[in-house]
Amino acid sequence: MNLFFDLVIGGLSIGACYALVALAMVIIYKTSEVPNFAQGEMAMISTFVAFTLMSDYGVGFWAAAGITLLFALALGIVLEVAFLRPAKDPSILGLIVITLGAEMILYGLAGWKWGANQNPFPVPFSEYSGISPGGIMITEINLWTFVTSLVLMLLLFLFFRFTKLGVAMKAVQQNHFAAKAMGIPTRRVLSFTWGLSSVTGAVAGMLIAPISTLDPNMMLDPMMKGFAGAVLGGMTSLPGAALGGYLLGLVENFFGGYVSLEFKSVVAFGVIVLILCVKPSGLFVRHFERKV
Amino acid sequence: MDMKRHYYEDVRLFKTNTALALTVLFLAVLASLPFLVGDYALYVLNLIAIHSIVAIGLNILVGCTGQISLGHAGFFAIGAYSCVLLMVKAGLPFVIALPAAGLIAALFGFLLGLPSLRLEGPYLAIATLGFGMAVTQIIGHSDFTGGHMGIHAPRMSIAGVVADTGPRQYAVIMVVAVALGLCAVSLMKTRVGRAFVAVRDSEIAAEAMGINISWFKTLSFAVSAFYTGVAGALMAFALEHVSAGSFNLILSITFLAMIIVGGLGSVMGSILGAALLTYLQLKLQIIQEAPWIGPFLLEISKRYFTTEGLPNIQSIVFGAIMIAIVVFEPLGMHGIYLRCKRYWRMWPF
Repeated sequence: MNLFFDLVIGGLSIGACYALVALAMVIIYKTSEVPNFAQGEMAMISTFVAFTLMSDYGVGFWAAAGITLLFALALGIVLEVAFLRPAKDPSILGLIVITLGAEMILYGLAGWKWGANQNPFPVPFSEYSGISPGGIMITEINLWTFVTSLVLMLLLFLFFRFTKLGVAMKAVQQNHFAAKAMGIPTRRVLSFTWGLSSVTGAVAGMLIAPISTLDPNMMLDPMMKGFAGAVLGGMTSLPGAALGGYLLGLVENFFGGYVSLEFKSVVAFGVIVLILCVKPSGLFVRHFERKV
Repeated sequence: MDMKRHYYEDVRLFKTNTALALTVLFLAVLASLPFLVGDYALYVLNLIAIHSIVAIGLNILVGCTGQISLGHAGFFAIGAYSCVLLMVKAGLPFVIALPAAGLIAALFGFLLGLPSLRLEGPYLAIATLGFGMAVTQIIGHSDFTGGHMGIHAPRMSIAGVVADTGPRQYAVIMVVAVALGLCAVSLMKTRVGRAFVAVRDSEIAAEAMGINISWFKTLSFAVSAFYTGVAGALMAFALEHVSAGSFNLILSITFLAMIIVGGLGSVMGSILGAALLTYLQLKLQIIQEAPWIGPFLLEISKRYFTTEGLPNIQSIVFGAIMIAIVVFEPLGMHGIYLRCKRYWRMWPF
């Protein structure tokens, strides 16, 4: 029974990271219908910035994290303005190719700047000690990951519900032209969407780095799992994507714990393909057939 | 000039005598190259030919049928491994193992095509991407396929003649590549090829005209996978070794980049894109040895970056090319060619 709870906690912890990546993807997809394949590399670069601040400039963890979030915001906005905005009326394939191109550029830059070495990412939380209610060990880092993700999700929810900018973002996503007619600066809103998504991704990156290692390939796997989680929940639903991320983390961890550790990553994609066969738009979104 | 008076003029393999003459000239150059250039140049040409096969196959799926695939590295791996395993473990001759590898890849393509019937856009991208990842993981962890170490590929041999020298390898690979390229050109002129294009342009209109969308979509996946599988098998022999780690997401993206750069829906574009990107890939890996720009980049690397990470410039250049193509020239190199042709036809007006 202990194994079961350990797997639940591990699954929820890694699921929280997937959920954050999924949320970052969905924030962009909802407003601009761009599946952002550069999400993982954006988060990876941000995490490297935090690492460099801490190791080379001796900045404390919290200050470094704060600066990193600002950097992530700028990075997202810059990417949108530099790469997405110049494309005139691109197809879905074109958009995917642009984000893939951005991914390659960021990946190359990180590899050039920091090399392929695996760096440890220091955090003020322990990986080994923590609280243990009822004999089940919850390490500090698991706890922090989980709490941070929940807080961030709550903040996002409040942001979209109660701030003017959040409501404007929802308006842009529902009807671009009507939003423009109402005086919303849609292009600026879109740029900010990218910034917000990038910040969410950066938080995910800083949570993932301590449990894996910090290298340019770090976000490859979490990015795809996060994307898969988003697809699982439905690319247009924020709570759906978050739930999808948690679900994927749990499924993967249970499979790894009970069946086979080696094929842990494979099962996640197997599940995705199966679920998409039954529900082509994900679990929590109604499927619309395209009309002529 | 381009007026067609008869249906058969439209479906001819070579539209004009000029096209026929140019093709024959191109083939003659290809045939004479082994006598003119050294072994390394032949190796580069082999890689270009193999990548051209993949690009042609992927273009049938992406450019002509309008589907998205980020999992072609998976088919590439399946082709490479099944050909080598069929030869090593089952003892089949190369002539049978090569098409068999293509057919096995096609079978997987057909299977992947089934769930893709209901998916589009990002959903299809993630499904194919997941397929590619899963294939690499399974191959990398299975003892039957040699695990992470990979397996050594035997030599290609046809009717007792072993292709152990550069020119012989080149001959085998180039013959297969040319044959598959001609097949692709003629495929697009048949009912099947036109059905692919109809599905791309409007699914509902195609269905209304009596095209079985499910069949043609899965068929497109299968044909595309066949091409990629054969190319993967040839790659195993060109490199003499296969290992699961090389069939990663970056490879799938590179394949996609080739057809984007070359031009969607065009066989000639696929070849141009494959040639350009393969050449760039090989050159950018040793960019520090290039004149002028090499020392300059080394200096920058020493000051701001790391020198051992310098080959990563390849990713940066590829990414920049992909974005630039989508933003400035969505039809790729084929589009540039078309524009030049149109300009010169009416010259000087």
